[in-house]
Amino acid sequence: MTIIEVRGLRKVFGDTTAVSGIDLDVSEGEILGLLGPNGAGKTTAVECIAGMQRPTAGTVRVAGIDPAADRDAATRLIGVQLQQAGLQAKLTVREALGLYASFYEHPADGITLAERLGLGPKLGTRYGQLSGGQQQRLAIALALVGRPRVALLDELTTGLDPRSRRDVWELVEEVRAAGTTVLLVTHLMEEAQRLCDRIALVDSGRVRALDTPRGLVARSAAPAVMAFTPDGALDAGGLRSVTGVVDVRERGERIEVTVDDAGVLAVLALLDRLDVRPQRLRITESTLDDAYLALVGATDASSENLTGEPQ
Amino acid sequence: MTRTKTSPARAVLRTETRLFLREPGSLFWVMAFPVLLLLILGSIPTFREPAEDLGGQRVIDLYVPITILLATIMGSVQSMPAVLSAYREQRILRRIATTPARPWHLLAAQYVLHGAAVVIGAVVVLLVGRLVFDVGIPGSPAAYLTVLSLALLASLAVGGLVSGVARNTKMSATLGTVVFIPMMFTSGVWLPVQAMPGLLRDIVELTPLGAASVALDQAARGSWPDLQHVVVLLCWVFGLGALAARYFRWE
Repeated sequence: MTIIEVRGLRKVFGDTTAVSGIDLDVSEGEILGLLGPNGAGKTTAVECIAGMQRPTAGTVRVAGIDPAADRDAATRLIGVQLQQAGLQAKLTVREALGLYASFYEHPADGITLAERLGLGPKLGTRYGQLSGGQQQRLAIALALVGRPRVALLDELTTGLDPRSRRDVWELVEEVRAAGTTVLLVTHLMEEAQRLCDRIALVDSGRVRALDTPRGLVARSAAPAVMAFTPDGALDAGGLRSVTGVVDVRERGERIEVTVDDAGVLAVLALLDRLDVRPQRLRITESTLDDAYLALVGATDASSENLTGEPQ
Repeated sequence: MTRTKTSPARAVLRTETRLFLREPGSLFWVMAFPVLLLLILGSIPTFREPAEDLGGQRVIDLYVPITILLATIMGSVQSMPAVLSAYREQRILRRIATTPARPWHLLAAQYVLHGAAVVIGAVVVLLVGRLVFDVGIPGSPAAYLTVLSLALLASLAVGGLVSGVARNTKMSATLGTVVFIPMMFTSGVWLPVQAMPGLLRDIVELTPLGAASVALDQAARGSWPDLQHVVVLLCWVFGLGALAARYFRWE
């Protein structure tokens, strides 16, 4: 069942277009990631879905509700963690959790949430005395304390150390297991790959690709990377003309070729013809990172073509 | 699981009350400083003697309403705008907007708490005036309360306007101080309005706190204040209230 439905979402601030047309369906219980470069419009899209921004055009429905129009219903349904949002400096962690829990009909136990996020020893500490990472973890706890049906998490682990990051990921997985749908904005490939059922690649205010992490990797032009050290002189640039080769990089002795499946054999055949032996040859699947760069790079080029076109 | 759920507005008010009690600065300037000033002024012997030029009143009699107005100004334009600006600047309103509580719950709580602090400060001043300096309890309590409420509303509107106009917390504090001085002057902190020379007095009586100062004194002596003062106060309350609403910003 679709719980978040976005159709033709556009948001314009003055003469900047933050979101230029997003369509998105998120199924109940899914974790969907929004991935993309800075300024791609991810945060604006999330704020529109949260109902905190009114779309310039298009519609947003969360469980059938227009979140900008029906704030009462929407706020009870959606837990939001924003990138920039503060709390009263003299409010303690415990008080903040108690206050936010009191806003909801069936809240989770805030103290347990805080402990799960490593804030147990900080319950009596005032918000102003918390480190950035601790404030961030508290923000996540506050977003989840109402047991929302939908959680919108904007860069949930930015600024967290690896240990806290893992705690947060485990918590998000638990929350999802309990039935919450999660939409998260992230810059971290590892995070996207681990948590997300599907990833929407957002660039220049549009969804450029929407697929499972595996699907995105497979879909990218070159799903494999071959790395080797040639045993003799080799014109690395010449490899570019081989069908299926997308990119060739020289790293000292090693040559890295980004290539599709058929291209792997073609490269090997060429090396054989040139009588160059690829030593320590490794062929690995390209990562989401590579896929991201390939896809965003491609849209970068296409968006350049678009400049000058009337919006 | 059944539990009695308090409304978000009430939960916010409870939390804000707790936080307000953690602001010793605000508490001091609104609830303690005015009464301290009254005690200092009252320690001057001549201020406790009836003065001919004040129609037989003592200076200390005049300073009871003046220090109450001082508490009003302290709470409304010194203490409150800083909190409102910080709540906006630190995006506290933004976070609360994501929950079933509304951002205005926070703002309303701040108005209520500062108003309540002023009322407590006023009661303390009245009690000390009565017990220490034998200043009579207001002869016309209803009139006294009405005038004080109008003065409080006008001052809170000034505070709201200050935090709306100021771009950040720092500017809000500066602007608060800029309006603070003339408000103190017109309320009669340095020179009671009744002792001001003719034209100056006429002008000051057209300001919200000048009108309130004179009207409170009249109510203290048991008469209904002159209609002029009440009308002046009402005009300011609505005018400033409209301006504060006009310049209000969430972000």
